[in-house]
Amino acid sequence: MYGDEANPRGHGHNYVLEVTLDGHADPVTGMIIDLKEVKSILEAEIVQPMDHRNLNHEVAPFDSVVPTAENLAIEIWRRLEPRFASTPARLHSIRLHEGEDLYVDYEGPR
Amino acid sequence: MPAIKLTRRYRFSSSHRLHSPALSEDENRRVYGKCNNPYGHGHDYLLEVTVEGEPDPVTGRMFPLALLDALVGRVVLEPMDRRDLNAEIDEFASLVPTTENLAAAVARRIADAWPHFLPGAAARLDKIRIHETKNNIFQIRATDPAVRPPAVEAEQRQRVTK
Repeated sequence: MYGDEANPRGHGHNYVLEVTLDGHADPVTGMIIDLKEVKSILEAEIVQPMDHRNLNHEVAPFDSVVPTAENLAIEIWRRLEPRFASTPARLHSIRLHEGEDLYVDYEGPR
Repeated sequence: MPAIKLTRRYRFSSSHRLHSPALSEDENRRVYGKCNNPYGHGHDYLLEVTVEGEPDPVTGRMFPLALLDALVGRVVLEPMDRRDLNAEIDEFASLVPTTENLAAAVARRIADAWPHFLPGAAARLDKIRIHETKNNIFQIRATDPAVRPPAVEAEQRQRVTK
């Protein structure tokens, strides 16, 4: 099923996350949301807990869920979606690049 | 379970010449310009194959990615990489190998082979995109009647400078 990715010692990726937000530009600021706020949400919810960590050992729920790109995208959505609920923007979709030749898109549960 | 789209990228290099037997020599030169060069020319194509499905609750994958690699290898990369599309690919014996037509042909090949390589997989082909160059990208959906020919949207990429 997993090939080289099942190596018992694990392996790593330089993930790239793209977050797309949906909303209306504020008539005064011309912005959907302050990008500084976006950055601080992404830092707190995703980068700080996941960057340079062992997903299987250090990031829930991957002690019991296989950390495929698909499952990681679903977990990132779960963490981000409620945080944007209190902002003027809505989480529209995320794209998670595992490497140059593989990425997944997720628009939340339907 | 939630639907996920997964995109895998592949590369192949082929030569082609854009020339329609239905047009005169002059018309061919006018319509296709440099691409009508009688000796052909080549591209390093980048193919993106997007599949949609639900990850299996146990494996976290829709299917082993090696199966998709085997499928694309067999029906696209092996027959087309380092080949002359006009002379060596059946679809282009009588069809101009524009990237519009190439995208439709590649999508048809993948869709036709799908049941043989991925029987019962909880995923379906969503779309493919072929980057002919970094500025010209062609996309076709699996539901397009052109996975019967040929309706493809050509997208001229917008340049954004930050």
